[in-house]
Amino acid sequence: MAAKSGRLAPYLMILPSGLWLLAFFAIPLVLMVSLSLQTGNLVDGFQQTFHWRNYVDGLDTYGDKFVRSLWYGLLATGACIALAYPAAYWIAFHGGRHKSTYLFLLLLPYFVSFVLRTVSWKLVLTDNGPILGPLRDHGIVPDDFHILDTATAVVSGLTYNFLPFMVLPIYVALERVDHRVVEAAYDLYASRLHAFTKVILPLSLPGVFAGVIMTFVPISADYVNAEVLGGPQNTMIGNVIQSEYFGNSAYPVASALSFTLMAILLIGIFVYARTLGTKDVLEAAGR
Amino acid sequence: MTETQSAPVREAPERAVAAIELSGVEKSYVSHGETVAAVRGVDLRIAEGEFFSLLGPSGCGKTTTMRMIAGFEDPTAGAVYLHGSDVTGVPANKRDVNMVFQSYALFPHMNVFENVAFGLRRKGVPKDEIRSRVGAMLGVVDLAGREKRRPAELSGGQQQRVALARALVNRPRALLLDEPLGALDLKLRQLMQVELKRIQREVGITFVYVTHDQSEALTMSDRIAVMNDGVIEQLGTPREIYERPATRFVAGFIGTSNLLGGEVAGAGERAVLAGGPDERIEVPLRDGAAVAVGERLELTVRPEKIGIGLDRPDEGLCRVRGTVTEVVYLGTSTNYNVTTAAGADVVVFLQNATSADDIAVRGDDVWLSWDPRHSYAIHPDA
Repeated sequence: MAAKSGRLAPYLMILPSGLWLLAFFAIPLVLMVSLSLQTGNLVDGFQQTFHWRNYVDGLDTYGDKFVRSLWYGLLATGACIALAYPAAYWIAFHGGRHKSTYLFLLLLPYFVSFVLRTVSWKLVLTDNGPILGPLRDHGIVPDDFHILDTATAVVSGLTYNFLPFMVLPIYVALERVDHRVVEAAYDLYASRLHAFTKVILPLSLPGVFAGVIMTFVPISADYVNAEVLGGPQNTMIGNVIQSEYFGNSAYPVASALSFTLMAILLIGIFVYARTLGTKDVLEAAGR
Repeated sequence: MTETQSAPVREAPERAVAAIELSGVEKSYVSHGETVAAVRGVDLRIAEGEFFSLLGPSGCGKTTTMRMIAGFEDPTAGAVYLHGSDVTGVPANKRDVNMVFQSYALFPHMNVFENVAFGLRRKGVPKDEIRSRVGAMLGVVDLAGREKRRPAELSGGQQQRVALARALVNRPRALLLDEPLGALDLKLRQLMQVELKRIQREVGITFVYVTHDQSEALTMSDRIAVMNDGVIEQLGTPREIYERPATRFVAGFIGTSNLLGGEVAGAGERAVLAGGPDERIEVPLRDGAAVAVGERLELTVRPEKIGIGLDRPDEGLCRVRGTVTEVVYLGTSTNYNVTTAAGADVVVFLQNATSADDIAVRGDDVWLSWDPRHSYAIHPDA
């Protein structure tokens, strides 16, 4: 009896989350696939017609938005790495007793709602705001210089909003680097640069790898930053899906676009994991 | 150099230049606003090719001393010399010594070959030479054919040998080992002790070995420095340290030791301690040590040097009366715990060479005896 319940225990533990995923992830996903292959409109209703053209038309019409989303995703993810790595490194190796305090300070802004944070960026970056206002007054930048409604604004906002998802995995990876292994590198004649490039960096790459996945995917699918900080020329695929769904009530087209984005991201992540996630890459980096 | 040579260093072999020399080295840390002294004045000279051990309990300063030799810590005072040149303040990556870390600290993302080749690559040794030197070194530590393995795929003993090869392949002037066998089980540890000694003979490099395990230090070392509370308590060969402990700490830390004390009743070349009726305790006074009558003196005798019997021992031997409180049969030997008439607890190890029967049983009144030459006086202030 005891042995039997012991064997069942793991399944019982996974049951709640399994049911949750089934009800709110798997079933909606199937419904969305079905929806993406329907035709019709809100007034006459939708019929299952296996209309594959939803996908082809979606890519044809919004191809440039897909490309822009992925491009912004790459830029913002790159900027996240550039900002997060030094910060995580400093906290992990020089944070001393106050490591958790520094991490908390870094995460503090993220206790505020996502939309509110983005809107506050709009206030900061606006033409007469606290940054551009004085610069214009002193003639440092020309009067027709804007930040809002540019790609810079959108990518900056994306970088800012997803930074913690890059900092935390990198920090965890760096924190796990055994200090004695770094000492061993110094003992074996490594300069500070080589101790970093041959030992610390390769050992922290899994953190960067996880951070990239955790930021690139949501950034590419984001629509809030482009909506609030960008202009018509900065529309991302997320904005298109949103307006097709809630604005035009074109549910099948919106579903087809969603699945196209999902497929692109999955393939991208898969290729990325296969090329960069292997131990050979770490080994090459350590050579 | 001549100046430092005349420093009060005990038993240092006569050599022009020591492989490693510490002169008045101190190290203190500031922790929570308080200054904590980890090493409080260490002088020592380690000769070229010597197997030298720093032995002591945890927190005695042995690891800090080694880290100052390696270059991971800078002494608060004093100087570190490697082969006669002052390296105080020189960082670890510029010192020609290599270290074997307690937990090995192998590079987990590199295979065995890359781990061992790391130091040579940093020094810019040509590729062909790296291949042949790494190959040869892996042969020495008996790991040929495992070049492609990751550290995680190796057993503890194999990781240990990779760590050794990774350091030795650089042909350092000295190899520092920080409790390298601590993580291994007893059998493997004993095997590796012999192995380490063989490798040291083979490569002829100075080994500095940090350990808290006295049997490890006694087995392998040419000389041992016993450390306690940031200072060297005694420096000497394993035999000297074991047979002639200089301080109460050394006597207690190395092996089992019996401490007997008493008032000095007569002093000359030997001090005679006051004992019970017909008892006789005398101890040679060495190195010109002088004691006065009436002073309190302690002496140590090793348990295997003491004889036990029901009859009064021969004249010329020290003799003390006592009662057996415990008899423990251990196969090759038997341990007797005896409480003397004066109230001291004494342990006696007796080899079971001839007799199969116990000499005495619990509760027996016995005579303990030993040759005075096997006892050593410890002054109360030592």
